[in-house]
Formats: sequence, structure tokens, C-alpha cells
Amino acid sequence: MIETIDLVKRYGDHTVLKGITTEIRDGEQVAIIGPSGSGKSTFLRCLNCMEDATSGSIIFDGVDIADMSVDINLHRRHMGMVFQQFNLFNNKTVLQNIMLAPVTVAMSDRRKIRREAFFVRLANLFRRNKKPVPDYGKTPAQIKEEARANALRLLAKIGLTEKADVYPSTLSGGQKQRIAIIRALAMNPKVMLFDEPTSALDPEMVGEVLSVIRELAEENMTMVIVTHEMGFAREVASRVLFMDDGLITADGTPEEIFGNTENERLRSFLSKVL
Amino acid sequence: MEDFALKWAGFWEKFAVGEAWKRVLGVGLVNTLVIALSGLLIGIVIGTLIAAVKVMPKYKRLPRALDRLCTLYVGFFRGTPIVVQLLIAYYILWPLLGFYADSLYTCIIVFGLNSGAYVSEIMRGGILSVDPGQMEAGRALGLSYGVTMLKIIVPQAVKNILPTLGNELIALVKDTSVVSFVACVDLYKTFTEIGNRSYEYMIPYLFMALMYIVIVALITLLIRFVERRLRKSDRNH
Repeated sequence: MIETIDLVKRYGDHTVLKGITTEIRDGEQVAIIGPSGSGKSTFLRCLNCMEDATSGSIIFDGVDIADMSVDINLHRRHMGMVFQQFNLFNNKTVLQNIMLAPVTVAMSDRRKIRREAFFVRLANLFRRNKKPVPDYGKTPAQIKEEARANALRLLAKIGLTEKADVYPSTLSGGQKQRIAIIRALAMNPKVMLFDEPTSALDPEMVGEVLSVIRELAEENMTMVIVTHEMGFAREVASRVLFMDDGLITADGTPEEIFGNTENERLRSFLSKVL
Repeated sequence: MEDFALKWAGFWEKFAVGEAWKRVLGVGLVNTLVIALSGLLIGIVIGTLIAAVKVMPKYKRLPRALDRLCTLYVGFFRGTPIVVQLLIAYYILWPLLGFYADSLYTCIIVFGLNSGAYVSEIMRGGILSVDPGQMEAGRALGLSYGVTMLKIIVPQAVKNILPTLGNELIALVKDTSVVSFVACVDLYKTFTEIGNRSYEYMIPYLFMALMYIVIVALITLLIRFVERRLRKSDRNH
């Protein structure tokens, strides 16, 4: 699904990622662990080009999205991302937060079709064999209604239906993060990227967020999670990557990684966090 | 003191009985407010555009060129007095371009362009004060830079800078007192006309100062009210 080839990220003189080559396959739940400053978050943020890679390629759906000439917005629609700081839109209600991207994207697609239809009509005036005019698809009202229904369905799934019309500032951290997750899901992404989703939460709220992610994992959603929750990584992930100093130094099933005693750095890291 | 009472009586005679108040309120006050308000509206549009260019990432050539252009624009409009800008527009630009513009429209355009330069700096501060995570979240959902800016960042920025925009409106209201340079009738002009009738300016100008103070006080109240309403939409539901 996502393949990185010799991915390098440099900030000035400081090289954060030193050539990462790996692949995230369909239906895989990949947890990325490692000490702070090892480049885990940077690697994750490179996967959907929130950070532009200095060199190397990122192949998503057969397209190299690290190439600057690619329209990254089209590809990001298929990659959900969840941030450490939730980043819900403060000026929108919960429902508007979830509906915004699906509606905006569907409307801009519709405008594109309308533009094409206009030119087909214009050209048809001078054509003997008239070409069929493309169908506009759904009306704006239908688009909005569908997005709304989908948003409410997702809200019901996490049990926050009654919060649909409130602003994010009134929510707890756990609620915000669960809504941030379904906001990403509303776009029907092929892969979900989690950037330390529980690090900014109070301890008693970590559980509710993890259980939403766990449900997603059980539905076989492809996901990449940067996390400090070792227990969670062990339980949910189908594969664990250990990053150290800008490189992936261990890669395997949770059993292999957490039972690994050969890799010196990994062993000392695990002994500190477990 | 008797002199003062006499002067007051003279002024009141012209103002109330002679119905000069109709011109003061109907023409002077209306023009002052129209110029200030439409100037601010144009200023907000222009200022937002300039601010958007200023905070745009500058990898490509086009944003860099636009950035230079905006710097020049802001430099000119902040670097020259508004009177000079009015005179340039009315006596140099319009004749050269060969079209006739009413002095009221000239004032609206010039005040709009001028306030655009100031609002751009205010707006830039407002945009920078919005958490960068908001932009990241929008972009991560596949929304373009422009759409995220328009639907997420700018509304929050406007809320943050509302008190400062109020200041800008107040400054504009006061700045309109120079529009008679290009033959536009504002509050100042109407009171001067009253004074001209008997060459007695003390009371008219005193009254004028009072009116400016009242207008500014009302605007301050209005801004407070709007601010409170906006903040309410954030906290409760």
C-alpha cells in the first residue's frame, strides 16, 4: 500500500531520517516504537507528505507522492491522519468538523464535472455527432445529506451522538481524539496514520481512544501507529518497527520484537519503557 | 461667559432653527460613516488577500513575486499620508486615466486601499496566532491550502483580531475628517459651513468634537457586543 524507498529527511545539517526502505502492506497494523528523537513522527509525517522528503520515494497506490509535481491533495484524501494534539477545527461544531472534508471534496469534484460538461456542450454546438454530456452526479443537497448521515453514523459508533452540535472547546481530550479519528474515517481512507494519538491525553482517557483504534484494527483497517503504549502495540499491531537514530533497526511481529534479546539498543529501550 | 452663551445661541439658531442639522446628519454624518465602513470592508478583503500572500509558503516563484508586490503596496500606503493619497487619486490618477470619479467614490476607494495596507498587518498577526495544527489537520484531510485558509484559519483569525479591527474602524472614522481636501462633504465640512455663515467657529467645532466622541463610543460598544456574541458561540452551544 505504501512503500518507501531510501527515504531521507534533513533539516539543515541535521539528518533525521537516514534512508528508510520499507513497505506497509494492505491490512497490516504497523506500530512504530523507539526512543524520542529517533525520527518516528517525522517518518510518519513523511508518509502523507506533511513533511516533504529530502530525497527518496514514497509509493502510494503506485504513484510516487514524494514527487513535487503530484497533486498531493488527491492522495491525502485516501490517507487519514490523527494528531497528538487532536487538531479539531475550533470554529466548527463536531458535526461540521466531520462533514467538512467529505462535502468540500465532493463539491469540488462536482464543479469539475460541471466545467467539463459546459465545454462538451459548447463543443457540441459545432459538432455533427453530439457527444454525451457528463452527468453531474449528486446534487449539493444530496451530498450534504449523505455526509451528514455518515457523520452521525460514525458518531453513534463511538457513542457521542449527543455532542454533534457542540464546539470542540467543550469536549474532553478523549472525546476530541475519538472525534478526530472518525473525522479522518469519514473520508473512507485506505490507510490511517496515528501520530502518538494518546500522548497528550490524561491517563484515564487513554483507554477510550485505544479501544476505538482497536476496533478499527479488528475491521482490518491498514494503519500505522507511532506510539509509546507498548502494551497496546504488542496487542493490536501485526508488525512492529523499532526506529533508532533515523533508521529502522528492528522489524518483525510483536513477539519477535518484544522477545528480541539480540539487538542491544532495542533491549535497553524496552527495559526502560516496559 | 456671556459671550459664550451668545455664541451658543447663535449656533443653535443656525443648527436647529435654521435646519443646518439636516445637512450635518443627512450628508456629513452619512458620508463619514459610509466612507469609514465601506473603507474598512474593502480593507478587510484586500488585507486578507495580502496577509494570505505574506504567510504563504514561498517555494515557488509566483508567491515570491506576489510577496514583493504586496510589500510595495503596503510600503506606499503606510508611507504616505492619506491626504496625499486622496490628492494623487483625485487630481493625478483619475485625470490621467481619463475617467471622472465622484469625490465620494474616490474617498471610498482610497480609504479602502489605505486601510487594506493596515489590515493586512493586523490580519497577518491574526493568521499567525492560529494554531498551526489547524492548517495541518485541514491539509491532512486532503483540503487545499486555499480552502483550509478560507474555511478554517481566516474565520479563527478574524475572531482573534476583532478588537484590533475595531481600532482600525475608529481610526478610519477619524481619518475621514480630511476628505474635504477632495471636495467631499463630511462631518467636518458641514460644521465648517455652519461656522462660515458668521465666521464664528468655536461652538460648531466644539459640537463637532462631541459628535466624533459619541460616534467612537458607539462603535466601541458595538465591537464589545459582537465580540461577546462570538465568544459565546465558542463556549456554550
